[in-house]
Amino acid sequence: MAKFRVCPDSGFYFDKSAESLMKVNAVAGAVFLLIAGILALGVILTRWQEVHLLPADLFYQVLTAHGINALIFWVIFFEIAILYFASSTLLRSRLAAPGWAWAGFALMIIGAVMNNVAVLQGNSSVMMTSYVPMQAAPHFYLGLILFAVGALIGCFVFLGTLVIAKDDQTYQGSVPLVTFGALTACIIAIFTIASGAIILFPTFLWSIGYINHIDAEMYRIIWWALGHSSQQINVAAHVSVWYLIIGILFNARPMSEKVSRFAFLLYIFFLQLASAHHILVDPGVSTEWKIFNTSYAMYLAVLASMIHGLTVPGAMEVAQRGKGYTKGLFEWLRKAPWGNPVFSGFFFALVIFGFIGGITGVVMGTEQINLIIHNTIYVPAHFHATVAVGTTLTFMALTYLLIPVLFRRALFLPWVAKMQPYVFAGGMTIMILFLLGAGTLGVSRRHWDMDFTGAALSFEYPGTAYMMMAVGGIGGVLGVLGGAMYLVVTVGSLLFGKKLEPSAGLFQSFGVPLAASAYNIDQPDQLQMAPKLAVEEHGSGGFEAPGTFVLALALLVCFVVYYAINWDYLASVWPMG
Amino acid sequence: MSSFLPPADRIWWKVPVGRQEIVWISIALVWCLIMFFMMPYWHVYGKQNLSSEAYQTNAEKFGASVETFVEKYQTRIDEQSGIPVVTPPAGSDIYMLGRLWQWYPILELEKDKTYRLHLGSMDWNHGFSLQPVNINLQVVPGYEMVIKITPDQAGEYTVVCNEFCGIGHHTMVGKIYVKEN
Amino acid sequence: MTEEIHIPKPERIPFFQRMLDNPFLLLFIGVAMPTVFYVLWGVMEVATIPIAK
Ligand code: HEM
Ligand SMILES: [Cu+2]
Ligand SMILES: [Cu+2]
Repeated sequence: MAKFRVCPDSGFYFDKSAESLMKVNAVAGAVFLLIAGILALGVILTRWQEVHLLPADLFYQVLTAHGINALIFWVIFFEIAILYFASSTLLRSRLAAPGWAWAGFALMIIGAVMNNVAVLQGNSSVMMTSYVPMQAAPHFYLGLILFAVGALIGCFVFLGTLVIAKDDQTYQGSVPLVTFGALTACIIAIFTIASGAIILFPTFLWSIGYINHIDAEMYRIIWWALGHSSQQINVAAHVSVWYLIIGILFNARPMSEKVSRFAFLLYIFFLQLASAHHILVDPGVSTEWKIFNTSYAMYLAVLASMIHGLTVPGAMEVAQRGKGYTKGLFEWLRKAPWGNPVFSGFFFALVIFGFIGGITGVVMGTEQINLIIHNTIYVPAHFHATVAVGTTLTFMALTYLLIPVLFRRALFLPWVAKMQPYVFAGGMTIMILFLLGAGTLGVSRRHWDMDFTGAALSFEYPGTAYMMMAVGGIGGVLGVLGGAMYLVVTVGSLLFGKKLEPSAGLFQSFGVPLAASAYNIDQPDQLQMAPKLAVEEHGSGGFEAPGTFVLALALLVCFVVYYAINWDYLASVWPMG
Repeated sequence: MSSFLPPADRIWWKVPVGRQEIVWISIALVWCLIMFFMMPYWHVYGKQNLSSEAYQTNAEKFGASVETFVEKYQTRIDEQSGIPVVTPPAGSDIYMLGRLWQWYPILELEKDKTYRLHLGSMDWNHGFSLQPVNINLQVVPGYEMVIKITPDQAGEYTVVCNEFCGIGHHTMVGKIYVKEN
Repeated sequence: MTEEIHIPKPERIPFFQRMLDNPFLLLFIGVAMPTVFYVLWGVMEVATIPIAK
């Protein structure tokens, strides 16, 4: 029974059913990104006060849908595709229980559609957080629950595939680093989904009248075990994809398997504790709980991210130096393929995630500093740096790689693809920086009107705040344009891109495998351990990647300065205790 | 290449780690510890901290406490909004509640005096966002949170709601006046 | 006549590497840590908040 095909360009082996599942999950993700992107335009054009596009009810409805479609549906569908890739494809193994995987996919689709219908019907504009006792329609919660169950099945299919690969000895030694990172994401996902079940199921029962009270603070604590941990899935997933991309583009190998895996291990141990970031100014929880959890037990997960921040570009630098780009500190970076959207997308994601997302996240997650930031527009600005650029742009970059390899199509309008990461990263960065500024001036998140029209008492923000929201608005529109470019390229490639392989007809790209003749391999040869390289030393003084070290120090300096500035700002507000 | 291949060494755990990583991990670890100890440090030496004093309550109970407080210390009614203005004695317990869509009552405080502010919600989550100081607290129904505050500048301050609380969320504006003493 | 066969024993895999190669052990740790420190501890604190007079 022939089941695998080999991609002649990349050498990856694709199990037929795993391939179809990767395709449908990735395509479904892109569809939800499209919805989220259109809604983003409504959100940003309303928050730009001079435009103030939507009426209040529509704004809150659109914002609810934007958050859920972007953060939950787009990202998680794509992550399921990554899990299947990192297990079945990278380990050359058949996928465990494809029937279950399809059932999971079906549940996710049903759930996502159901939730969107609920929001569209208009009485579920409760924001993605759906804090009780504000109530949405029952199928709002039910949709999320079904989606979560489907995603959980995907996680177990991934774990099952690891087991099969090990039993069948499809690979030698330990799993590749990228697979290990995906495992980290999977583990975090399982905790996330379990927390979601614990809180959303009772909430669903409450919405249909079977339970009459849900404690508002308990809800917040457990909901954030879902809400924040789901962001940690993204971190683990996109860091793994970074390792994959530098491996494919530069033949890079990890500077040290031990260090990189240890960093992932720190994620497994500590990353999810940071759900406490959202509870720092809540009533009643103790200082000890807040400090321990918000700091991921002494910032050990931040340490992990700082390690990846060194080893990802560092591994790339070592590989580039090995190819002869050894001049000065940065020739390896200058001579990188900046015109290749896989590289530029990855690199912008890395830099913006680290310099903006990472630093602002740690600063506002500091117990006391959160007082001057909680629920201001600073918060969405921060997580657009992490998830809308860090994760989303990484996944976009990966898509440009998958279109030829997985979908066997040439890129449609390659020049659009080439510019896309620049437009998206540029626009989003403008939006992020200015919304950070507006948040520092006290502008609220999830707020329809910074003029407070109709309020019994009046308040005026300073003119600078308006200016910042306006410039942020322009950046956001550019960002949406960048998102649209991505979708034009992806959808265009699937529909009109030149086919690189004997076709299975019109729909070959949307989950239908290639022509049957392509799947002519029963079981690929065992995946060998990476070849040992002769030790070559291109850096100086034991520093293999000096340029990266300088970049890392620059990050640290920004971090320290910004951290200090925020304490200083905090020290200027009313004393309280 | 080997980032997506099994490690080149069977026992990769024992492959020595390069000097660059060791130096960076050490620096980063020191920084992480500094950030960690900043928080307890600020609890001891800093002035802006949150107490964890809080009580379980409900709308009736908390509403009654607020009413008693208002009756006792009300000095006038704000003409624009019809909300009572309350001038409690320096250093006393003061109350503010959030409800759809109002912060109640308006407080008039003295500069540099410390008050125990009780915050609670009558219905949904609200966000106490004091502007332009930019102090932000989550107000959760069912809980009464007590924070000591010391306004250190005279002037008119606004409480904006920054937790989404329904269609009138943007109209939920309250006031705190701080007088020179 | 007995013949002693010597198969060189491969070096034992160190503890940490074995731990990192065991997905289910990692899954257990990754779920247990936040459940204990974040969820259970947090829920207990909220549950023990005193009742207002
Ligand atoms: C394409 C360009 C995008 C623009 C211009 C944009 C704009 C915005 C703005 C201005 C807000 C804050 C609104 C407010 O709080 O009043 C927001 C909220 C949000 N955005 Fe985006 N966004 C974009 C893409 C994304 C992406 C790709 C993601 C995630 C992958 C994302 C996830 C979210 C989430 C989770 C919220 C919070 C919703 C809530 O408060 O419940 N956005 N977006
Ligand atoms: Cu409110
Ligand atoms: Cu509100």
